Amino acid sequence: MREWAQYSVEEAGGRATVIVTGPLLVSSIGKLDPELRDYNESVQAIDITDAHPIDTVGAWIIHRFAERTGADIIGASEQAEALIDAVEGASSDAEIAPPRPHSIGDISENVGIKVIDFFGGVKSAIGFLGAVLMGAGGLILHPRRFRMKALVRQMELVGVSSLPIIGLMSFLIGIVIAQQGAVQLQQFGAETLTVNLVGRITLRELGVLMTAIMVAGRSGSAFAAQLGTMKLTEEIDAMRTIGVSPMEALIIPRILASVLMMPLLGFYASVVAIIGGAVIGEVMLGIPFWTFLARVQEVVPIYDFWVGMVKAPMFGLIIAMAGCYQGMQVKGNAEEVGLRTTAAVVQAIFMVIVLDAFFAVFFTEIGWA
Amino acid sequence: MSERDNHSDVEDAAYGDAPEQFAGEYPIRIRGLTNAFGDFKVHEDLDLDVKRGEILGVVGGSGTGKSVLMRSIIGLQIPREGSIEVFGRNITEAEPDEEIGVRNRWGVLFQGGALFSTLSVGENVQVPLKQFYPELDQELLDEIARYKVVLTGLPEQAASKFPSELSGGMKKRAGLARALALDPELLFLDEPTAGLDPIGGAKFDELTRELTDTLGLTVFLITHDLDTLYAICDRVAVLADKKVIAVGTIPELLENEHPWIQEYFNGPRARAATATHERGKALDKQGSEKA
Repeated sequence: MREWAQYSVEEAGGRATVIVTGPLLVSSIGKLDPELRDYNESVQAIDITDAHPIDTVGAWIIHRFAERTGADIIGASEQAEALIDAVEGASSDAEIAPPRPHSIGDISENVGIKVIDFFGGVKSAIGFLGAVLMGAGGLILHPRRFRMKALVRQMELVGVSSLPIIGLMSFLIGIVIAQQGAVQLQQFGAETLTVNLVGRITLRELGVLMTAIMVAGRSGSAFAAQLGTMKLTEEIDAMRTIGVSPMEALIIPRILASVLMMPLLGFYASVVAIIGGAVIGEVMLGIPFWTFLARVQEVVPIYDFWVGMVKAPMFGLIIAMAGCYQGMQVKGNAEEVGLRTTAAVVQAIFMVIVLDAFFAVFFTEIGWA
Repeated sequence: MSERDNHSDVEDAAYGDAPEQFAGEYPIRIRGLTNAFGDFKVHEDLDLDVKRGEILGVVGGSGTGKSVLMRSIIGLQIPREGSIEVFGRNITEAEPDEEIGVRNRWGVLFQGGALFSTLSVGENVQVPLKQFYPELDQELLDEIARYKVVLTGLPEQAASKFPSELSGGMKKRAGLARALALDPELLFLDEPTAGLDPIGGAKFDELTRELTDTLGLTVFLITHDLDTLYAICDRVAVLADKKVIAVGTIPELLENEHPWIQEYFNGPRARAATATHERGKALDKQGSEKA
């Protein structure tokens, strides 16, 4: 069992003495501390002859009590005296943590801050886009500074290494669309239209959109976390001082890799989804696998393919920009890296979907229905 | 020990059974320690004892595994072979939970301070206190954080600052304040004066010595700083050739024939440090004679 420090009061000749016994250590003063804090009787001395061992926390409690009540400390060993002197010289009344506001009046203030931050964010995001364009322009003028290795490496990370997961995801999506679509279309005896459904929706919408979401989660977050950590460890500052532009070495390869890989990944996703649909056609609808694929060629207009391919690089640009921008905004502490990474993914997916809605209306209006 | 006994042992430790102050002679005993990363052996059959109440300086060239040695002792690096006893308990064989009985008795200052970046300095100091002694009042925790911050030589306002707002030297001091939060018996300092200005470094040395004397600490101090060695270390352990090749006071080491030790203690920087040290002593003498 733990031995706690205790106290008793002794009165003699009108003089009250608080006698503390037991170890005065951080591990044993948990009970004594509130008792001494609440002690309000008159007291002339505090006796710590039988209180040992003692550490700075014990010394602090004795010192605080003596100072508050005006009692004399008696029976202090040499070590106790040294410790009490040390903590006495070190007392302060500074705040432990910066004030964290949470009153109701602050809500409006917080809303205001959020609004101002939002506009500030829009401004600096546009600024970032400008910086990227400037950097790209500089690279066009000085193509020798272009970092081919970095680009290839990022293309591998964004593209090649995400093939398995995107393939699996798309295959399952193809299966789900074909299976659910077939169930509904059977009610009208139109189950052969499942081919149209799968072929058109994957090439036009889902192939690219789902790929974009996957890339945002896989690569956009990685961009933000990498750049954010490099910012914290001053790697980016170091690059600048050496004369290496982080824009050229880090950001442009990532953005370019995403822009280049997104169409390829999107097309790959569409193809795998169609294969998934064809498998369901074979199993559920009795449409032979190869017939399904041949029918896709007949019923899907070529512009469906182009709709997907026009959107894909745009989505890639948005995802990489959001990731790199948020990563470069990190400052201060490790928590910020997490917040910025989250923000990168959320913003990327949100903007991709907004843009996708815009494109859907746009392409229908120009007659690519 | 039966399984039941073992369990109750762990529980006691977890609830902070008041640790007995260590009474043995050697709080740290290392025998036959071998550390390796892949095929590369950092330590091979290394022995070292740290005496109670001393400041042991650990020196060695870059890459001789000073930090790895410290990480082995505090249980962050699992050694390939050998035994490490801290306060008479074997760290290498201990289950993670059982180490808790030892963890509240040591404090560690990492090279970069390793402060929790989302907490203010004062809150950083309170983390170990809250972890091991949940019964303490918030008011007392605040008071402890305040005086520890000032005790380590930081301005009092520093308690409410975040680590990212501090300079390198202040981070070190804040790290020391956290290491000292539990009034440990054993203190590990990894290059405490590296990156400090000479005045700050000398003050840090003074502080270490003072705390060691008032609190009765045992200090395991990794350093490159010759001034620190001369000023405050009771003994110095030299790491080279994957072992501790010599342990002793500086005069004892000066007698040692090993080429690295000779070069280390007789190089230009060492001579400068010796000169400073002796000048300091002479001045002290003068001062005391006048008084």
